Amino acid sequence: MSIPVRHFDAVIVGAGGAGLRAALQLSEAGLKTAVITKVFPTRSHTVAAQGGVSASLGNSEQDHWHWHMYDTVKGSDWLGDQDAIEFMCREAPKVVVELEHFGMPFDRNADGTIYQRPFGGHMSNFGEKPVRRACAAADRTGHAMLHALYQRNVRANTQFFVEWMALDLIRDEDGAVQGVVAMEMETSEVVVFQAKATLFATGGAGRIYASSTNAFINTGDGLGMASRAGIPLEDMEFWQFHPTGVAGAGVLITEGVRGEGGILRNAAGERFMERYAPNAKDLASRDVVSRAMVTEINEGRGCGPNKDHVLLDITHLDPEVIMSKLPGIREISIKFAGVDPIKAPIPVVPTCHYQMGGIPTNFKGEVTLSTTDNHSSIVKGFYAAGECACASVHGANRLGTNSLLDLLVFGKSSGNSMIEFIKTQPAELPELSMGDVERSLARVARLDNQKNGTDVHEARSAMQRVMQTHCGVFRFKDMLAKGVEEILKVEQMVKTTEIGDKSKVFNTARIEALELENLIEVAKATMISANARTESRGAHVRDDAIDCEATPNGRDDQNWLKHTLWHRDGNKLEYKPVNLTPLSVDTIALKTRSY
Amino acid sequence: MTTETIQFRVYRYNPEKDAKPYMQDIAVEIDSTDRKLLDALVKLKVKDDTLSFRRSCREGVCGSDAMNINGKNGLACLTDVRDLKQPIELRPLPGLPVIRDLIVDMTQFFKQYHSIKPYVVNNSPAPERERLQSPEDRKELDGLYECILCACCSTSCPSFWWNPDKFVGPAGLLAAYRFIADTRDEATNERLDNLEDPYRLFRCHTIMNCVDVCPKGLNPTRAIGKIKDLMVKRAV
Repeated sequence: MSIPVRHFDAVIVGAGGAGLRAALQLSEAGLKTAVITKVFPTRSHTVAAQGGVSASLGNSEQDHWHWHMYDTVKGSDWLGDQDAIEFMCREAPKVVVELEHFGMPFDRNADGTIYQRPFGGHMSNFGEKPVRRACAAADRTGHAMLHALYQRNVRANTQFFVEWMALDLIRDEDGAVQGVVAMEMETSEVVVFQAKATLFATGGAGRIYASSTNAFINTGDGLGMASRAGIPLEDMEFWQFHPTGVAGAGVLITEGVRGEGGILRNAAGERFMERYAPNAKDLASRDVVSRAMVTEINEGRGCGPNKDHVLLDITHLDPEVIMSKLPGIREISIKFAGVDPIKAPIPVVPTCHYQMGGIPTNFKGEVTLSTTDNHSSIVKGFYAAGECACASVHGANRLGTNSLLDLLVFGKSSGNSMIEFIKTQPAELPELSMGDVERSLARVARLDNQKNGTDVHEARSAMQRVMQTHCGVFRFKDMLAKGVEEILKVEQMVKTTEIGDKSKVFNTARIEALELENLIEVAKATMISANARTESRGAHVRDDAIDCEATPNGRDDQNWLKHTLWHRDGNKLEYKPVNLTPLSVDTIALKTRSY
Repeated sequence: MTTETIQFRVYRYNPEKDAKPYMQDIAVEIDSTDRKLLDALVKLKVKDDTLSFRRSCREGVCGSDAMNINGKNGLACLTDVRDLKQPIELRPLPGLPVIRDLIVDMTQFFKQYHSIKPYVVNNSPAPERERLQSPEDRKELDGLYECILCACCSTSCPSFWWNPDKFVGPAGLLAAYRFIADTRDEATNERLDNLEDPYRLFRCHTIMNCVDVCPKGLNPTRAIGKIKDLMVKRAV
């Protein structure tokens, strides 16, 4: 079989925050690097992040990385690995200042330093009271950051392959990664990108759910590719439902709105978060706020004719503050909810937002197959960073603004790890292993030749319905068990998808069908992992997990203080211990979580 | 759920099978929850999967789904479908080569963006902490940095249509001024040199189509005016 092969030192899949940050390290080190991206880099979903990026700069009040670390461990409901969390929180001030030097247009304080706002779960002095830690560019922080990183890559002459979709990972007989198979969308040409080191920075897969804040492109391509290549996926049962998606539209309203003083109200106009989180109130962790909202709605205190949402109220804020600090939110609210938040509250509902799990890595970005907490068994030549990776810094629930921080810290650290690894490799690339390449070509050929198959839209809708119904904010034992059956049925539909469009020119129907083959892997991993974890922790809350003295809030540290590893092969589950040993400080000891 | 039918007239062209482009009349049922033109387009694609267009964030921040809607450039995801006169006529962004249907080749557009060196140039040694910038100086970047590179502006500009290889166009010039206006940037003179040319900057004849179509409410014409002022100041 003849297929064009291109040779690089490094190949990066994905040009969002993590991919661009890594690319910068590699390009500036003079390595021959290819960045493959489905969309022009500034269209990556990092662009939609709003509220901020966390770093204990202490520009407005005293702050410390150790407090940030404590908040992150607590936010993760102790499922986060404490070595990786320490690394991230210590690096935060450095990478945010670097980003400023790259040209990021942060808002400013009167003294010229970077503006910081309060955010959910950000506290000073180990959980005492809210602290200003979220570094912001109005409510367009992700946009400003993605553009600044892209611009810096223009300066560094990074080589981009825009509107190319990576199809599959290539591993040799020993499991070492050799690169990817990718398709140019404009021509449908399939090419092998062979490299000494390969990084996945492919983002999340929120499109497994019917209602999501995520972009159309968030289809878990890296996770699909990794799982097909025999790499397990970690902690996939943990999905963050953001408290404030616009009701009906799903579009995100940043937590920064509550950081600037926004209040959630039920149909009676009550500030109900005071009952659920007396200390942090509206700025409790996202899982806590989302559950409180759903409880209000389930108990009949929802708003609107169908009592199916609550209200986010900022009418008491100075219109000047709204115009200067939350202009994008005002625009979204007017365009998607039909209300001007200066005059009326915004209808909001918890909406699927972020995947805490992903491809298992250590804090250097190296992908690991380890089932111990020492991160051994590294997959040679393979790295992952950002939402597609699980380091794990977010554990069972991510803190707001730690996602943008994750991209910067682990984009950079994986770039550095790749540079070190490439130095140890012979100049000549090894012989290309054709097994995975042929399997990938066969996958595309199957799709192109399918007759009497399933409609892609139908299969995708079925998957999204099953996930939404069986694996939402609150989870139920029976529904999860049934959900596993249902999602395996959808998998059969996905195996026989058929497209009407057979053209070789910019065939978006083919791309959508290939994306669905990635989404279904994520959906299976999620449902099967969730069904197996019989406790409540962070974003994963089940009706059959008992809240008692031994398992407060249903969290069962005795049996479940461990990471899930889902293997595509046979849907096998393995577990590995959580790393509770930070790099330099004492373990943040297990504690019942309250805000 | 109540549905209603929306009539479309869509530009279709697949170079593999069409000798030339044609307009296709097509209708689609939408639900009461479908508010935006993009929602209707997604429904259209379910009906006919050969219809090709770009889309991603569906909230007006990624800049993918720019197209010509009833004669005016805009983003499908921010346009209320029920406000549009039917049949809704959809065409690719004008002036750029069409790859297929509503998908244009944006190479020339990005080439111009890259030509203005779209990054902060500051060769002073980087301080330990952030470079300081007053809130007033930072405010100078408002209305400039928010550009999403959707190309609605440049592809509505007659000067860009005639000289896409020589005239930077409104999006590129807005970006140029974004860096000139940044107190952290030290390359204002080089940036002005880079634009001092009969075409690159001065082909802007303040027609202001760019201002009219910008989905983010930005004003490239004002930015271009400010660059011209700086040129004049520098000359005297």
